[in-house]
Parts: sequence; C-alpha cells; structure tokens
Amino acid sequence: MRTNRFVPYLFLLPAVAILALGLLVPLYNSVMLSFYDWGFGQPWSARRFLGFANFQRLVTDPTVWASVRTTFVFGFWVVTLEMLIGVGLALLLEKAVRGASFIRTIFVMPLMIAPVVVGLIWRYLLDARNGVINYYLTEIGEALPFLQSLGFKTQTWLADPTLAMVSIIVSDVWQWTPFVFMIVLAGLQGLPGDVMEAAYIDGANWWKMTWHVKLPMLRNILLIALLMRIIDVFRALEVIFIMTGGGPGSSTRVLSLALFQTAFTSQDLGYAATIALLLSVILIIFSIVLLLYSNPLKDKADF
Amino acid sequence: MAATVVSPPARHRRRIPWGEVSRWAALVVLAIITMAPVFVMFATSLKTQVEIQALVPRWIFMPTLSNYETIINQYRFLPFLISSAVIGLGSTVITLLTAGMAAFALARMNFPGRGIIAHTTLIIRMIPPAVLAVTVIGFWIAWGIGDLVPGIRFTLPNGLGRGNFLDGSQLGLMLFYTALNLPFSIWLLYGFIRQIPVELEEAAIVDGANLFQVLFRVIFPLMGAGFAVSAIFTFRIAWNEFILALMLTNRFTKTLPVFASEFIREEGVLWGQMMAVGSLIVIPPMLLTFFAARQIVQGVSAGAVKG
Repeated sequence: MRTNRFVPYLFLLPAVAILALGLLVPLYNSVMLSFYDWGFGQPWSARRFLGFANFQRLVTDPTVWASVRTTFVFGFWVVTLEMLIGVGLALLLEKAVRGASFIRTIFVMPLMIAPVVVGLIWRYLLDARNGVINYYLTEIGEALPFLQSLGFKTQTWLADPTLAMVSIIVSDVWQWTPFVFMIVLAGLQGLPGDVMEAAYIDGANWWKMTWHVKLPMLRNILLIALLMRIIDVFRALEVIFIMTGGGPGSSTRVLSLALFQTAFTSQDLGYAATIALLLSVILIIFSIVLLLYSNPLKDKADF
Repeated sequence: MAATVVSPPARHRRRIPWGEVSRWAALVVLAIITMAPVFVMFATSLKTQVEIQALVPRWIFMPTLSNYETIINQYRFLPFLISSAVIGLGSTVITLLTAGMAAFALARMNFPGRGIIAHTTLIIRMIPPAVLAVTVIGFWIAWGIGDLVPGIRFTLPNGLGRGNFLDGSQLGLMLFYTALNLPFSIWLLYGFIRQIPVELEEAAIVDGANLFQVLFRVIFPLMGAGFAVSAIFTFRIAWNEFILALMLTNRFTKTLPVFASEFIREEGVLWGQMMAVGSLIVIPPMLLTFFAARQIVQGVSAGAVKG
C-alpha cells in the first residue's frame, strides 16, 4: 500500500512508546543499575559505582547458583511430567475430546486462574494439619498399613525441603499440563486426513501411527510447546512465593524468587538488577530459539 | 476424515465399545482432578472457621456467607475490586487499540525499521514482571515518577511494611500490563489482519477514505475474533498479576491478588477470608472460560500451531 512515509510510524508510535517505557527502559535500568551499589529506598545520589563488581559477585555467589540449580530441578520435573502427560493424554483422548466441548472448557480453567489463587488453593490442600490431602493419605494408610511406608501418612508437605519441591511441582503440573494437552490436540486436529488414511490403509496400528506418523509430523509443535514451558519455568514466581516463599530454607528458591528477595528482602537493588539481567538474558536467548520454530513474520503470504 | 478412518470395523458394532468407555472414564477422572482444587476453594469459602479447622474434612455442611461478609464489611473489599477492574479493563482497552494500530502498520506497510521493530517486540516478549518490578521501583521511589503520572493519587503511605511502598497511580500498572501484553497482541492481530483481503482497503481508499478511516471503519470491524482472543489474554494478565501489583500499588489502590495475599499472616493463614477473596477473583476468568473456551484455546495455540 502506498502511503506518506511517516504514516507507518504514526500508527506504530503509541505501541512503541508503551513498549519503550514499559519494557525497554526497565531493561536499560537493569543494565545501568548492575554497575552500582544502590540500596532500596535510598536517594539516587547515594549510589556507589562498582564497575563489574556485581558481575564478579554473581559469578561466584553460591546462593544464586543454588537457586539456578533449584530452577533446573524444578524445571526438569515439571517440563518432563507436563510434556509426557500432556502429549500422552492428547494422543489417547484425541477422539473422545472431539465430541466434548465441555472437556475443553474444564481443561482451560487452570490456565485462567490467578497464580496467587493457585498458590493459596494448593497451600490449603497440602496444609499439614487441616489439609485434605494429608487427611486422606492418613485414612488410606490406616486402612491399609502396608502403604504407610510408601508415604500414606501425615506429611509435612511445605515444611520439608524435598516435599516442598514435590508440592510446587505438583501444583505446576496441575496448572500447566492442560496447556501442553491443548497445543498438541490442536496440532493433532490439524494433521492432514489423507496422510492418516494412507498410513491406516498401509496397515499401521495405533502404536505405529503414533510413533512413526503422528509424532514426527508434530515435531515442530512439540518443540514449541517444550520451549514455551521452559520459558515459563524461568518466569514462574507467584505460585511458589505464595506456597513456600522459597522455603523451607532455600529449598524452593528458584532464580526469579532469588531476584525478588535480593531486591525486596535484602534491599540490594544494584545486585538485584544484575540477577535480573541474568534472567533477562536467559529468557531472551530462549525467545530467539523459539523464533526459529515459530516466527509470525515468516508466514507464506509475507511481502 | 480421520474419524471415519479409525472407527472400528463393522463386525464389532454390537459389542460394548470398551475403548470408547475407557476413554470417557479417563476424561471424567481428569475433569475431576482438574476441578477438585477449585471446588475445594469454593466450598471452604462457605465454611465457618470451626469447620475449616476441623480435623476431619467436612463435605456436607451448612454454607454460610460470613467470610464474604467479613471481607466486604471489615476489610473494605470494594475499593480493591474497583481498582482491579479499572486496571484490568483499562489495560485491555489500551492494548487492543495500540496493538491494532501497530499490527496494521506491520501487516500492510513497508518502511525502514520494520524488521527491527518487529524483531525487538518478539525478542523482549518474555521479560517477566519480576524483572520490571525490581528495576522500576527504585526509580519510582527515588525520582517520584509516580507523581508525574497523572492518575488517582493518594498520599504516600510510608512504612506500610507489606511492600506497598509506592503511591497508587493505577496508570503506572496499566503501562506495564499493556507493555507485557503488546507483543503477543500485536502478533496475534497481525495474523488476523493478513487474512483480510487487501482489496477491501484499496476500495475504501479509492472511495476517498484516509488510512485512519480504513483502519477504524474497514479493518477493526472485521477483527472481532482477533480482538476477543487478545482481550481475554490481556485481561487475564492484568487481573491476575501479583508481583508488580504488590510493588506498585498502595493500600488504597491494591488489586485483588494483593488483597488476597494479605490474609497470609505471621500468626497463620485466615483461610476462610482468603478463600472468599480467591473465589471472587476467579469468577471473571471462569466466566470468560465458559463463554470463550474456543478463543482461549485458539490464543494458546496461536504461537505453536502456525509457522
């Protein structure tokens, strides 16, 4: 379309201004602040230039690397479980879900609920004293005593380092498995019918269809779902903040929570900005990788 | 097509279709697992403190609205509902308008810098609220930027201790929620605009319309579906977000998620009140789910299925 050459910028101006103020300026601040020592609530003039000291500290800081490790442990389990369960369910239930739109409605629900609410629901369910989960575990354990050694007894879910990690993994799997399920389901429904028919006529059974036809054709979608889940693992903060606050000790202190606590508990904004930079760089790298597989600019009709 | 392919051979028709039955059973179990936690929240919000703390969970009880009464009368629920609604709806409207204009420029015009702008939005789209909170709040306090942003202003409540250090300009939060949602919305609407035949716009221009008229009179009216998806996702973030809201609002303008979190006390959690606030928070997103599940699935898979 031929236009005055300033017109495109006029249309872009509001969005670009908001993005600049809301995302780019904070990112720039984060870069700048990472060179300073600046306490929370101090006047800007009280800052102290440190050069690269914050970065040196970051590289050698055992608490930050512990939280990176915690993020990996948490991320490994939630991504693995969500991909396996989500993909598995989508393949098994593909036909059944087609006829039942209410199923879609129910599975969408967890994605729409506020993270704060997800956190408080699970904190209540896993409460050591009043929690429903503990109650029924104990009941089952008392009815069938041999199960007690398998964990069917009162557990201090959020007060034990390992169980606290299990708890946040469970809540994340509950909330995000439907996301993987729906993406894969959409992909399955988009598979060309004639290819499926040809494979069926060639004598492929369900297992062969799935393993040799469907999954290879869904490769791109599976990769995108995987990348999106990995990105969300690094962004996850609110549910963990409400459920455990990073505890007990620092057993569930993921990287984004370490960032938050450095800024608002330790009140060390300069160093927090350095951690924020680390987190931003990780997320930007994953965003670029994601772009290689799903780039809205590269649709066929472009130009 | 696929349905006809995988249907069972004719001679099995009279038998009980076990495959089908087990699939449905699995679906029902999954639906229960998905819904049970939310159901427990609703149920708990209708219980008295005594019933909540009973050592045996009570599934049958006399529902009471006393928790709702407490949060509305004793804790001033209403101002925070209004704050949440203003921020949620405000962010949504601003996002749709600005994203629609930007998507139009990116989809229909070619200009120097298009690639840079396009790729920048795509690369920074995953920046989490926590990063923004940390790097923004220091300057808001030190430079009093909150004072420069017009909006509903109250005196700064110093030393509140809950982390709400800042004055409560709702416009500040709207700025960040819009920025967080713009990349997704721009690219979603971009896809929708590209599906509209360009001849429509050319015809309007031949008839003497300028580009703004083309956008607002020709394109926007055809974009209902795109706007719906984009609005749902923007509202979802703005209504549900917690970390930025915790940092950038004060005791007058806090949003409902912040309000809910305040029932976690040093001396224990006020479960009844907290569950009541939680139940009220999930009502709008649940209504959206009931009426627009299809659009939500479309939005969730928009990034994944194309390309």
